[in-house]
Amino acid sequence: MLAFLVRRLVGAFLVLVAVSFITYLIFVKIPGGDPAPRIAGRLATDQNIADIRQKLHLNDPFYSQYWAMMQSLFTGSLKSYSSQLNVVQEIKRGIPATLSLTIGAGIIWLGFGILVGVISAVTAGRLSDRVITVLALIGISMPVFWLGLISRYLFAEGHPLSFLPDGEYVGLTVNPWQWFVHLLMPWTVLAVLFIGFYGRVLRSNVLDTINEDYVRTAKAKGLPPRRVLVKHVLRNSLIPIVTLFGLDFAAVIGGSAILTETVFNLRGVGQYAADSVQSLDLPPIMGVTIYATFFIVLFSVVVDLLYAWLDPRIRPT
Amino acid sequence: MATESTTDFSLDSAAALAADEGGAIEGKSPWLLAWRRLRRNYVALGFLALFVVIVVMCLLAGPYAHHVAGTGPNDNHLGETFTRGGKQVEVVSKGGFTGGTFKAGGIPVGPQLWHAGGKYVFGADTQGRDVAVRLLYGGLNSLKVGIGSALICTLFALVLALIAGYYGGWVDWVIARFFDLIWAFPVLLLAIALGTALSINGFHHFGISIQSGSLWIPTLVISYVLIPYIGRPLRGQILSLREKEFIEAATAQGAGGVRVMFSELLPNIASSVLVFFALIIANNILTEAGLSFLGAGVQPPNPSWGTLIADGQSRIQTAPWLAIIPGIAIVLTVLALNIFGDGLRDALDPRAKVRIEH
Repeated sequence: MLAFLVRRLVGAFLVLVAVSFITYLIFVKIPGGDPAPRIAGRLATDQNIADIRQKLHLNDPFYSQYWAMMQSLFTGSLKSYSSQLNVVQEIKRGIPATLSLTIGAGIIWLGFGILVGVISAVTAGRLSDRVITVLALIGISMPVFWLGLISRYLFAEGHPLSFLPDGEYVGLTVNPWQWFVHLLMPWTVLAVLFIGFYGRVLRSNVLDTINEDYVRTAKAKGLPPRRVLVKHVLRNSLIPIVTLFGLDFAAVIGGSAILTETVFNLRGVGQYAADSVQSLDLPPIMGVTIYATFFIVLFSVVVDLLYAWLDPRIRPT
Repeated sequence: MATESTTDFSLDSAAALAADEGGAIEGKSPWLLAWRRLRRNYVALGFLALFVVIVVMCLLAGPYAHHVAGTGPNDNHLGETFTRGGKQVEVVSKGGFTGGTFKAGGIPVGPQLWHAGGKYVFGADTQGRDVAVRLLYGGLNSLKVGIGSALICTLFALVLALIAGYYGGWVDWVIARFFDLIWAFPVLLLAIALGTALSINGFHHFGISIQSGSLWIPTLVISYVLIPYIGRPLRGQILSLREKEFIEAATAQGAGGVRVMFSELLPNIASSVLVFFALIIANNILTEAGLSFLGAGVQPPNPSWGTLIADGQSRIQTAPWLAIIPGIAIVLTVLALNIFGDGLRDALDPRAKVRIEH
């Protein structure tokens, strides 16, 4: 187990190095030309540009440029080109909103995904299954930002069927009730896609498991159907869902929440990156990309370890 | 005619009997069987037809703009009027006092359907541009990016997976790590990063030159970020196939790498590739919409369904059709592809588990 842990951590470290180097290539090499005038802005003098070139090590070979970039990321001195605000602090400010959004949405999509999948599988072929399948397909075919816009248009304050506040994030510690009410719509909108998707996956898993021998044995020995479903079928069909959930949850925190945050103006980490797109302000996007990727890589190590601990059969030797 | 004596069976008479009852027993290829299964799936075929209709409508964007709407996708009609039922209607309202009541200006005219002779069927936007024309041109761009990136992405993933799976060893190691690396990035964030970095100056390296507003940028960005999502499962399939006897047999007959890869391995994963292809077009249209919505995809003044929704976002209260209509176009297209893709998977390989991340 220890050897597995060490090997997994070393692997993760190498991935992080490679990821950061790719990020460096994307942000420093791809735009081409000299980034210094772009950073300096329109009113820069030659001296300004020369200073920036000096400060960002643009005259140095690529490895020291890369090193300087990593240093500025990890000492927290990376600054935005356009607003000159500290990127790391801005990211920290967005974390509560992003976490509130993703954790709440995660609970909703897991709960409803399981519910919908089980109902659909148990009534397979009947009307409720057909209706659920159609709704799930529509759910996964909708752009999440469009669904957000439409639900804001219909249900938010000052709109036709108003019963929820319109966007914006209220801190949990500031006012828990307002926090909940403000997030209700973003949670639901973000969860819809995943509910459709998890429902479909779970439906096919349950239908596969129902035909297993041990389920037939359980039925044959006279267990009540509900007990067979919960203890035998569901327990085994849920294993892949748990793995999926771990990966999707990390991916949503690390960036898939961008569109939802932007539509509802939640001021989360993703929206911080998205807002910088218009002004071609690269450091915030770079910071968010690298931190999010680091988070996902480390999270996947934790999930792997947890998985190996839960299920000794897949523990690699 | 039939055999004279039914008791006298020989191979010849059996063949004659078979021929008499409706021809020789035809060989049924897996593709033929799949087609027969698909042909019975009217829902899947119906949605395929819907997708084809959408594609054809978008392809007719040019003729529609010229002959029906009489305007281009980027032509402003601010301050102009058009005739509706013999009356002049402002394309974008000027506002001010009319009959003693104040009306806010700058509100574009809503969907006219056919009441204005084909003009402003879906209304106008705040610049006085015809939404229906922009919807069709935008659809053309969205479909180009979606289908183009699906083609490029599937092709690259397929070739890499074939090479990795066939050669194994360090080649496989390098390709697998390449997949892992892209996989490690969050899809949308990497796409935004690349889209933004590329929209500054375009791409001018390795003798390739792409201008910054080009449709190639979102197409290539989306293909790149999604390569591992197809490449990894395909590589897994090939790794298990190459241990099979028929590969050994082909190698023993002296087949080289290219022949084994393309005439032995490829036909065996072709059905998965096809299903992936249908589903990834749907996925890429959604990704393009998201990217363009954030400003990192198709660049203005080029319309796409994503940029149209972004344009309509701030006008959702006064001119809701601006955001609603392109969204419906996306949902219909993606839904059609998802349902057809499901049907295709059921027909080709009922046991396949194909998953595409969103």
